[in-house]
Amino acid sequence: MKIAISATGQTVDSMLDKRFGRCQYFVIQDTETGEVETVENKGLTSEGGAGIAASQQLIDEGVEVIITGNLGPNAFELIEKSGIKAYKCHEMVIRDVLEKYGSGELLEIEESGPAHHGGH
Amino acid sequence: MEDIDLEEEDNLNIAVLSGKGGTGKTTISTNLALALGAKYIDCDVEEPNGFLFLKPNIVNTEEVMVEYPVIDEDKCTDCGVCVDVCQFNALASAGNGILLFEKLCHGCGACEIVCKYGALGYGKREVGRIEKGMGHGINCSRGILNIGEPMAVPVIRSILRNLDDGLNIIDCPPGTSCNVVTSLRYADGAILVTEPTKFGLHDLERAVELVDMFSIPFGVIINKDDGRENIVKSYCKDRQIEIIGTVPYSDSIALAYSKGEMLYATQDNRALFDHLAMGLGEVLEWT
Amino acid sequence: MDLVVLSGKGGTGKTTIAAALSELAKEVTRVDCDVDAANLHLYYEGKDIAREDFYGGKVAYIDGNICTRCGSCEHVCRFDAIEDFRVMPLACEGCGACTLICPQDAIELKPEKDGDVYTTQLDDGILSRAEMEIGSDGSGMLITLLRRIARKYSDDETLTVIDGSPGIGCPVIASITGSDAVLVVTEPTQSGLSDLERVVKLSRHFDIDPMVCINKYDINEDMGKEIEAFVEEEGLQLVGKIPFDDLVMESIHELKPIVYYEGSSAAKAIKDMWLTIKSLIF
Repeated sequence: MKIAISATGQTVDSMLDKRFGRCQYFVIQDTETGEVETVENKGLTSEGGAGIAASQQLIDEGVEVIITGNLGPNAFELIEKSGIKAYKCHEMVIRDVLEKYGSGELLEIEESGPAHHGGH
Repeated sequence: MEDIDLEEEDNLNIAVLSGKGGTGKTTISTNLALALGAKYIDCDVEEPNGFLFLKPNIVNTEEVMVEYPVIDEDKCTDCGVCVDVCQFNALASAGNGILLFEKLCHGCGACEIVCKYGALGYGKREVGRIEKGMGHGINCSRGILNIGEPMAVPVIRSILRNLDDGLNIIDCPPGTSCNVVTSLRYADGAILVTEPTKFGLHDLERAVELVDMFSIPFGVIINKDDGRENIVKSYCKDRQIEIIGTVPYSDSIALAYSKGEMLYATQDNRALFDHLAMGLGEVLEWT
Repeated sequence: MDLVVLSGKGGTGKTTIAAALSELAKEVTRVDCDVDAANLHLYYEGKDIAREDFYGGKVAYIDGNICTRCGSCEHVCRFDAIEDFRVMPLACEGCGACTLICPQDAIELKPEKDGDVYTTQLDDGILSRAEMEIGSDGSGMLITLLRRIARKYSDDETLTVIDGSPGIGCPVIASITGSDAVLVVTEPTQSGLSDLERVVKLSRHFDIDPMVCINKYDINEDMGKEIEAFVEEEGLQLVGKIPFDDLVMESIHELKPIVYYEGSSAAKAIKDMWLTIKSLIF
């Protein structure tokens, strides 16, 4: 199973980024092989709908779990519809985030952040 | 952008602009409209404050509609080609059907062009409204963008495409964004409102750059003027930009504003705006 | 520590107060997110140490050598942005419908430069700012970039003062996301109150209870009291009531932050407010 974490850097030693749609990278760990890969967030280069672009990218990557700070309503709707589970976490080193997820300490995001303007 | 040929037009549209918010654009637009007996059009659709002052009785409300794609699920194969072409991320594929985020949709039609299965059609939805009425003896109209809608341009376009004959004073959004650009496409002349400060000058320079792109006549009104020589006046002189007039800095004007009162209702200020109205006619050379 | 200074409408004194607060903090990073009227840099004689192009949206380009003037692009464009087989960049929304319809493949979307992003070195820290092209809008993408640059020059302890975007749209949301504190600058007018209500709502969505300050509170005391009542009802902190002061206009003329004016009643109120803010956020 693949877990994606919004991140400020490219390794498990970088920090979780609380932004989802406009984080710089997604650090993706495959729990079966333990392998870690990093992708640049496509949402970062979207003028509008960054959360949607980021979600679409992770859906296409075959991710099943997303860990981030907040999800906007568009990203939330898309992620929910696609069956991916999203968890909330504070800013901390990704390695610790994965540990917290493993021990079941993270809470599932069950509602989106504010319904804000989607554009720009 | 082509010039508007005055010969072919029955109306004369004067756009009132300011580089930044809070320079007194609405105060000047509303009072000048009264002085000129013109129609007042509020295009600052995200924060249309002109009606707080003119207080018209609203007699007519029209909805502003935009198109959005409707997906026929029987025909859609979830191929995702529409998702790929949408430049605005308004469409997404969750793996089990296409999702539409209508507020991101610009209604451009790209998805319909590429859909091989004819699964895309168009519906209409409301993004704002246009209100019209009479206040202080003049015709007033304003566009209002619905809360939560990100795109103001359709509302602005809708109000300006259907302007009545005669003289229209258009209270534009602040800044030099695409909302202002849209407003200017319909203008025959412009008034740039500024303050005599370095901030005001900085924003005025940008507004001048914008109006220059449209090759329409324009002049400057200096608000909160101290009566002295200042950087805005010398800038206008250097650039040979006409100053239509000035509005002095005054506590009584600030107080009237905070209460939502029309300045034109008081004797002193009536003369002030009558004078500005005359100055406007001279600068824009209409007869 | 990111402190965002916001106001619903323009002209409430947001930049004046953001500049004053940043002077009172010792080590400080400044970010001007009010990109449509970026004025904060006018207070300083800094040196631009970095500049980069900012590309936001896209615009269609027609290759005149390939174009056969069939007119399908003009017909398909819903934004009246193509005339005489030329694209008018200010009207083009970059949707790409014309690129899809063109039988000759003569049209492509190209990234459009929307502005320049500057990092400016000041005496006590850097200022991250942008200058937009005419007709380009501040976007969440740009605000995110400005804040990212600022973060490169700051550690967790450094105070970052963000002169936020006006309104309640996407740029404002990008100004607030991930910030530690919000200060809303309002004025005692009808529109000041209605805009304050909207900004408070927005800020709370991001789990931040904003601090509120009423600028020029004495120009209409009744309205001022109405705003105070609202702040109390919402359980928010009223951190400052700044009196109307002619010296503020002078400080804007002289481009010297108001805190350097001895005897300014506004400066005194802002200094008191800073002590209150410090005790709340640190």
